[in-house]
Amino acid sequence: MAWRDDWRRVRAIAKKDVTTELRAKAGFNSVASLGVTILILLGLALGPDAEALRNAAVGAVWLATLFAGVLAFNRSFQVELESGALEPLLQYPGPRWTIFAGKLLGNLIFLTLMVTIVVAAGVVLFGVRIPDRWPSLLGVILLGVVGLVVLGTFYASMASRSRAREVLLPLLLFPMLVPVLLAATTASKALLGADVMHEAGAWIRLLVAYDLVFLIATFIAFEHVIEA
Amino acid sequence: MIPSSDNLRDKSTAAPPPTSIWLGFVSFGAVIAAQVYSILTSPAEGDMGHLQKIMYVHVPAAWMTFLSFFVVLVFSVKYLWQRRENDDLIAASAAEVGATFNGLTLMLGMIWGRPAWGVWWVWDARLTSTLVLFLIFVGYLALRAFTEDAQRKALWSAAVGAIGALNVPIVYMSVKWWRTLHQPPSSPSTLDPRYTMGLRLNAIAMLLVMVYFIRKRYEIARLERAAEHLAEAAAMGGR
Repeated sequence: MAWRDDWRRVRAIAKKDVTTELRAKAGFNSVASLGVTILILLGLALGPDAEALRNAAVGAVWLATLFAGVLAFNRSFQVELESGALEPLLQYPGPRWTIFAGKLLGNLIFLTLMVTIVVAAGVVLFGVRIPDRWPSLLGVILLGVVGLVVLGTFYASMASRSRAREVLLPLLLFPMLVPVLLAATTASKALLGADVMHEAGAWIRLLVAYDLVFLIATFIAFEHVIEA
Repeated sequence: MIPSSDNLRDKSTAAPPPTSIWLGFVSFGAVIAAQVYSILTSPAEGDMGHLQKIMYVHVPAAWMTFLSFFVVLVFSVKYLWQRRENDDLIAASAAEVGATFNGLTLMLGMIWGRPAWGVWWVWDARLTSTLVLFLIFVGYLALRAFTEDAQRKALWSAAVGAIGALNVPIVYMSVKWWRTLHQPPSSPSTLDPRYTMGLRLNAIAMLLVMVYFIRKRYEIARLERAAEHLAEAAAMGGR
């Protein structure tokens, strides 16, 4: 039952990361607060016209998620590096991809919680009306978060170990996330409105394809990246 | 699992054969000849007048951008596969040259767009994805600049190069959808046969320049690497 052992490794790493965050809380609290702060600043910059704010809500929420989320990814590798734990982690038996999958799962939980707070703040601050198709909207948000977390975790595995990691990660990550940003914002806007052009479905398919392509690609590439 | 640094050290202390100076002369001569030919033969275009001439640099530069990104992709994957240091240096050289052509494409496009469209920039699918491609190139080069260890630099940039190239068609498609679903794209202009010959000649000339630049940059990268290895060997106790 090799896959069962692998799955246990993945879970152990994710659990370790989540536990560390739960005990310290400083990381999550500051990242989530930053997300809300960015939203407030965007509201001040774009407001106070209620209609203008409502139109900008989707873009503001996604940008706040990107800018705050990018800080979380470096952290997940940095805590390993600071305590010299990455080397022993790599020495453990078992395939290397399980480390990536564990980190990915940990970051996914972390980011999903953060996005929940940012979206809730966005709904309140920007006066968004909850649409009837809110389950689809949740699906779009989750697919967007998966895309963000997959590439964010992968690039952080390199950037966190380089000089100038603070600037390098967004520089690498943000251009790569252009399709996610476009698909997530356009699909969310369509679902919040009437979706007269029935475009949300096409964008959701694009998000699914994007997530799958980069999930596979990063899993393959991670084994090479982590050994150096 | 971890390849020893010894296989990085062999071979590359030898300086590579220098790039032929003739390739340089021929490629720049070809650019001048192709430019002169196309400027003399193409009539002033109906709507754009002589503004059209910018196409003879802009379009070949755009093609070379995509071609050099393709070179980055091929040699990045090849490096991940075979771990030969020279493949990494070729990919890095192509990325630098590609970023240059990419910047040239964007600048010329904007210079053309201002009088032709009345604005410096439109969020058109091709423009936007070329800009995103430029940003991906910038990230690749920044990663190389911020990473010291040679093997790490090679492995990481190969991964970033391959994954970045994978994203290019997705970026293009998503921006295209984003545009077409919101407002009609700019109408594609069909090319008059009187302009095609000039464009072809310029593309060939630009290809020669690209090959020369990549070859020259690669030679410099090899020399730099050889110097590093020699300094390392000297520090280890002199050989």
